This record gives sequence, C-alpha cells and structure tokens, in this order.
Amino acid sequence: MNELYVGALINGLLIGAVYALIATGLNLIFGVMRVVNFAHGEMVVIGMYMGYGLWRLTGWPPIATIPFALIGLFAMGYGFQRWIGNAFVARPQHVQFVLYIGLALVITGVHAVIFGPDPMGIQSAASFDVYRVAGLRIDATRLHAALAACVLIALLWAWLRFSLTGKALHAAADNLLGARAIGIRTNHIFALAMGMGAACAGAAGALLAPLYDTQPYLASEFTLLAFIIVIVGGLASLPGALLGGVLVGVAEAFAAVVIEPSAKSLFSYGLLIIVLVLMPQGLLGGRQGAGR
Amino acid sequence: MSALLSVDQLQSGYEGVAILNGIDLHVDRGETVAVVGANGAGKTTLIRTLGGLLKPRAGSILFDAKEMAGSASDRVCEAGLAHVPEGRQLFATLSVEDNLRLGGHLNRSRARMVRNLTRVYDIFPRLGERRRQQAGSLSGGEQQMVAIGRALMAEPILMMLDEPSLGLSPIMVATLFDVIGQLNRDGISILLVEQNVAESLAVAARGYVLENGEVVLAGTSAALLGDDRVRRAYLGL
Repeated sequence: MNELYVGALINGLLIGAVYALIATGLNLIFGVMRVVNFAHGEMVVIGMYMGYGLWRLTGWPPIATIPFALIGLFAMGYGFQRWIGNAFVARPQHVQFVLYIGLALVITGVHAVIFGPDPMGIQSAASFDVYRVAGLRIDATRLHAALAACVLIALLWAWLRFSLTGKALHAAADNLLGARAIGIRTNHIFALAMGMGAACAGAAGALLAPLYDTQPYLASEFTLLAFIIVIVGGLASLPGALLGGVLVGVAEAFAAVVIEPSAKSLFSYGLLIIVLVLMPQGLLGGRQGAGR
Repeated sequence: MSALLSVDQLQSGYEGVAILNGIDLHVDRGETVAVVGANGAGKTTLIRTLGGLLKPRAGSILFDAKEMAGSASDRVCEAGLAHVPEGRQLFATLSVEDNLRLGGHLNRSRARMVRNLTRVYDIFPRLGERRRQQAGSLSGGEQQMVAIGRALMAEPILMMLDEPSLGLSPIMVATLFDVIGQLNRDGISILLVEQNVAESLAVAARGYVLENGEVVLAGTSAALLGDDRVRRAYLGL
C-alpha cells in the first residue's frame, strides 16, 4: 500500500516537470507582454502530433522530436506575434482574448482536418521500460520526459538570467517606455517571448506524446491545466511555474490512486481553490515581471 | 546645413490631439541647447518624437545628415541620438549594472561594453559602489545617474535629456548640471529639456522657449535670460 503512494508521488513529480515546462512557457509570455496565450494548449498538441508523426515515420522515440518541436514552434510563435500579435499588445484585453482564442480554434481546426478526431497513440515496446530503484518501478518514458523538461527549463532560466537578450526581456516587462527609449526593439522582444513560450509548449507536447493518446480536442485541457499551474504558482513567476507544475502533477497522481484516474481534475481544481482562498497571489507570486 | 540635428516644421501629437504645431530648431555639433517651457508646452512630446517613440505627422528630423522622421527608436539610437526619458524609466527590478549593459546593447557600442562600463563608473563612482543593487532601490539622484549612464553606454553623439532635474534636491540638481557640462566638454552634444529655466540656460549656449507646441522665442542663453517675457513668465522676476 505504501509503495502505491510512493509510486504515485514519483509519477506525479515526473509528469509535473513536464507540466511545469508548459506553464513556464505561458508565464514567460504573460510576464513579458501581459498577454494571455489562450492557444497554449493547442501549441502543446502541435508538439504531440510532431512526436507522433516522427515516431510513425522513423520509429524514433518522441524525445528525439524535441529539436524539431523547439524550432518549429519557436518559428510559429515568433512569426505570429511579430506580424499579427504585436498589433494587439496595446489593445484592451478582451480584444487580445479574441485574437488568441481565434488562433486556438484555427490550430484545432487544422489538426482535425489533417489528423481527424480519433486519438492516435504511440505503441512501442519502449513504453514498457522501467528502472528499478530500491524496489520501486519507475517508468522510463516518464523519467526521460521529466529530465528533458528540467533541462529545458534550466536552459531557459539561464538564458533569461545571464544573456543580454534575456535581460532585454526583463527590461521590456519592467519598463516598456524605458526599453524603447534606449532602442530595444520591443517588437522583436515580444516575438521572442512568444516564440520561446510556444517552443516550451511544443517541446512539452513532444514529451507527452508517448504518455497520452493525441487528439485535437486535448488542447483546451492543457490550456486550462497551464492556467491552474500558473495561478497556483503565481502569475509571471518562473519558479512558481515549476512549483505549481509539480504540485498539480502530484495532486493528479494521488487522485488516481485515492479515488480513480478520472478524478484528477477534481484534485487539481481543488488545489486551485485552496490556493486562491489562502494565497490569492499564488504560492510564489506577488512580484512583477518575468523570471523573478 | 552643418547642424548636427536639424528639425524642420515638425508636427506631432497623440491620437486625435495635435501637440507640436511646426517646430524649427537645430543643435550644432558640440553645442548644448536648452528647450524650456511650462508644463504642457509640448517638451516631452518633442523629445519623444525626436527619439522615435512617437511618429511625427509632418516635418523633418535631420540627424547627422540622415532623415529620422518616422524611424523607430532603435534606428534613432543606432544613429547616435540617445534619449534620457522623463521620469528616468529605469528597469527597476534589474541591477544597476544590467541597466547600464542594456543601454550598451546597440551595434554601435556593444563591442566596447566593458570599457564603457568603466567610463560610466568613473563619471559616477556611486554607481560602481551600487552596481549589484536593484535600480529601483536607489535614491532619485542616483537613479538619474543610472539613466544618464545608460544613455552614455550607447556612445551617443547627441544626448537628449528630458526634465532630468525633476524631483531632485537642490544639491543634486547642481551636481547634475555639472555632469551635463562635463559631458558636453567631453564632446557630446546636448539637447536639454527643462522646466528649470535658470539652471538650464546657465549650462546651455542657446535656448528655445516652447509655448503651446510652438517656439515663441529663440536665442543665446544670455539674450533669453535678459528677455523681459522670459524673466516674468519663467524666472519670476
């Protein structure tokens, strides 16, 4: 019985790391532009289809899709923001909502047209691989996904913290007028933030492809999940995204053990409500800007 | 046309509101020029339009023989026209040094980042002591030093300062105008926009008086300081 809970805890931590990658992307976009990316879950699903597609074509594990997902989703996010989204940054929020919800609907529609509505799962012998550590069985696919997610999050944090371009993202989030006054190309910076955020979502999708059956309508679940994590962890806080992701992952895993797998949303929303009541700023929220 | 900055019939404003109604002014190489006027005269609109933050409706901005009207701020800064904005507009949660480094990110200056940092710390030793501190935690005077240092990092030919003395103590204001004089002697041309008429005309060679978006008076500082209208309206004499 004890083993069951420890197993759930480990599974929750592992999937939570991937959730954290999704939420980190959402938080980066919000932190820099104060724009909510309603198409975030759809971008995750693009990554899932890329993972599935590459596996079908080559038999490679979806983790090998990461470079493609990063580059592809970065290009898409950058291009969309640069040539469409930037015109909406200074507009009222409800106008932005329509734009990004529109983008979400378009992506889901395109998925439905290309792949159809049926779930597509990766069936490979590798999905039964396990590591045995101290009598525990750790799912290899999940462990690899979690490690890859942690590496990507760490790289993104380091880039934001130490590179001059990363600091320019902070600067634009902190004082847009000041950033423009010293010649920071804020259109480029906004597009970079969206590209990076989309790349996080896409890479997370590629990691999730072997764990969930991919279908177009999964997207809104991921968008909601990312919102919950971001609100639990704290808006615009990158450590908050990590903490929130792990907490939600663990809460869902315990739901599966204690009640049943379909009850996982009950637990994550329960967590959301508790945090909103006790700490409305989120666990690590209350500070402004990206990456802090 | 040998002027470094030459502004001709510049019109600008915000959505639906015209603020500048045809401004003519120029700054020669090596000069310090003041633009003075009351609140709402259009001084900040002028600086923001010159700096590429606002698109002019008409007119021309010739800087270093290049037409800048309508160019975005990154091109203006790359050309060597630096902007120290009103209210400083620092990156409050970043360190002093990060604020300065971001000022030096332009192609024109990036390669000499370290040398320029040393130069700024030489001019403002206080900033060197506080380089790791968050810019938002500094005093108003120190923040103004960061704002000027950040602009210096771009190795400007001409520096525009928008109300740099705003909210500073009298001692700090005196120090600030000393620094502006020093920068000018180091070869940087200065366009100074101020409500503080006496001090800014003391440091500038020439000045323009702005009222309701128009230049109503122009001349040498001495002539302006001696003008009855200026004395009554701005100096309270």
